[in-house]
Amino acid sequence: MEVIAFWILAVIVGAAAVFVIAARNPVHSVLWLILSFFTSAALLVLIGAEFLAMLLVVVYVGAVAVLFLFVVMMLDVDFVELKQGTLQYWPFAVLIGLAFFAEIVMVRTVGVGTRLEPSPGADSNAEAIGQVMYTDYLLLFQVAGIILLVAMIGAIVLTLRHRPYAKRQNIARQTARRRADATELVDVTPGKGI
Amino acid sequence: MLDWTAILETVAPETLLVAVGLLGTLVGAFLKERFARVAFKLGALALFAAAALAVYYWEGGEAFGGLVTTNPFVNFAKAVSFGVAGVALWIADGFFDRHGTLRFEYPLLMLFAAFGMGLTLSASDLMTLYMGVETLSLSSYVLASFHRDSPRSAEAGLKYFVLGALASGLLLYGASLVYGFTGSTNFEEIAGSEMGIGLLFGMVLMISGLAFKVSAAPMHVWTPDVYEGAPTPVVAFFSAAPKMAMMVVFANVMFTLFGEAVDDWQLIIAIISGASMVIGSFGALLQNNIKRLMGYSSIANMGYALVPVAAGADIGAPSLLLFMTIYVIASLGMFAGILMMRRTGGMVEDISELGGLIRSRPVVTLALTAILLSIAGIPPLAGFWAKLDVIQAGMAAGLLPLVIMLVIASVVSCYYYLRVIKVMWFDEPMEEFQSADPSVALTVVVCGLLMFPGLMVFIGVLGGWTDAAAMGLAN
Repeated sequence: MEVIAFWILAVIVGAAAVFVIAARNPVHSVLWLILSFFTSAALLVLIGAEFLAMLLVVVYVGAVAVLFLFVVMMLDVDFVELKQGTLQYWPFAVLIGLAFFAEIVMVRTVGVGTRLEPSPGADSNAEAIGQVMYTDYLLLFQVAGIILLVAMIGAIVLTLRHRPYAKRQNIARQTARRRADATELVDVTPGKGI
Repeated sequence: MLDWTAILETVAPETLLVAVGLLGTLVGAFLKERFARVAFKLGALALFAAAALAVYYWEGGEAFGGLVTTNPFVNFAKAVSFGVAGVALWIADGFFDRHGTLRFEYPLLMLFAAFGMGLTLSASDLMTLYMGVETLSLSSYVLASFHRDSPRSAEAGLKYFVLGALASGLLLYGASLVYGFTGSTNFEEIAGSEMGIGLLFGMVLMISGLAFKVSAAPMHVWTPDVYEGAPTPVVAFFSAAPKMAMMVVFANVMFTLFGEAVDDWQLIIAIISGASMVIGSFGALLQNNIKRLMGYSSIANMGYALVPVAAGADIGAPSLLLFMTIYVIASLGMFAGILMMRRTGGMVEDISELGGLIRSRPVVTLALTAILLSIAGIPPLAGFWAKLDVIQAGMAAGLLPLVIMLVIASVVSCYYYLRVIKVMWFDEPMEEFQSADPSVALTVVVCGLLMFPGLMVFIGVLGGWTDAAAMGLAN
């Protein structure tokens, strides 16, 4: 049963990955990429790494792929022009592909082949990670939060601009406004206007 | 349960810094610009308090299951780096006020940078080390480009960021190799494991990453550009606090993490040290911008500071602390002096602009002269004794070629320090500078006084402290 599931998922991942680079429309490419992320997550579930699968969906599908989609849709990049001349990179691409393939074969044959126990001492690996993250590595977890805060402050410092001419809603002023402040009764003489 | 006493004994200063930083973020979010001026002073006070806490918990301890460990060696470095960071923050507000960029985020980033320095210094685990370095670096990148509307500041920030990210990558890759070949991220356990080719590889990568952070050759290229482009108060901070902290971290990593393998890394450090001296001394010869000049000068001085690191823990530790302390005080004074170079049109940075400063500002000129002579290593100023200590450490460790290079580099670098002095004393007077902030002028004068022979007792006291601090490392 697992084997069948694996093969189905593996074929989908492979096909989706090929379509990412084969699709003419860049938006389609990103959608194929999302499919391959999702299916990889399913593969991770199959080998018992639910937490990683979850992260993959949350981080890559939820954030990275959406960002890609935004960039592709917002920036008017001429992909046809970009793709011209890619043919000359083929030999190099094949070389790298071969090296990559050889590495995978080496992992299986020469073998650091020992598979680690998915979650020592806990029911699920999310639980196992949580247990060390909030106890042994509490300090690091908190410092990671500080680093993110610094990144946030930094982004604000470097990009936020207070534009004096921007119109903003001031609710207090809005509700405090009386009819007398805003309207005026004018007695208009006929034929003369205001 | 968390052991609060141990946490307090180990990382009390960092806890304070982070608490003030978080509180400041909250207050700043509501008070906005009204908070800015207060934040500069409050931040500086927090840094001084953190320095005091580091001294108070002098003996240090161990907390978070061995993720952080402190000892007098580390606490000395913490006290000095927090202290100089505090001064750099205290004197910064006038500059930013005049440039219309007085924002409360600046002191906050400074606090977080200091937190990063403290955490890296306390690290006794590769992960803590990296997290600390990253907190420091990330804050530094933003600080370097704080004047985002100035192209040079933005360029400095970008260059620093791209190269810094690369260096962080090297450090992290080295750390992962070290972890892979020893099976542990804890300093003590790694120190206890056998040296192999894989571990050696990891060590070299880690050295490269750390060399970037202290701007030692061949990872120095960012220094002159960042020093030139970043706002001057930021450079005053860069050239003092992180230099002190990261140099001691460098030494700490070599002494404790790879303490058993001195023979393997002595030559590497010696070569980095020699190269920094040569590049720093010769690179500065043709500089006309005083900030660039000080950038090269800092590269050379990092080269000198690496001599005691190469000498090993027993011989080198006290002289490293002494040399770095005197250097960062001098450097801070020098940059405070550069902060005073202000005319009607704004800041000026050319050395020629200092022409005839002795006529209009005799006290400051005297102080700057003392500082420059001290960095150059002219007796009887403080810098000379520090350099002498370094040379003695090098000789004791049998690093004769390195010591000879140090002396030659010092002689070469005398030229450009003396050139600045010559411009200040004997050149035609330029238009007078605008009056400086009292705090800036005071910093220059105090730093100058600390270099003067009249306060020689300062060296003696400092020497006693550094010896005591280094003893802590041995135990």
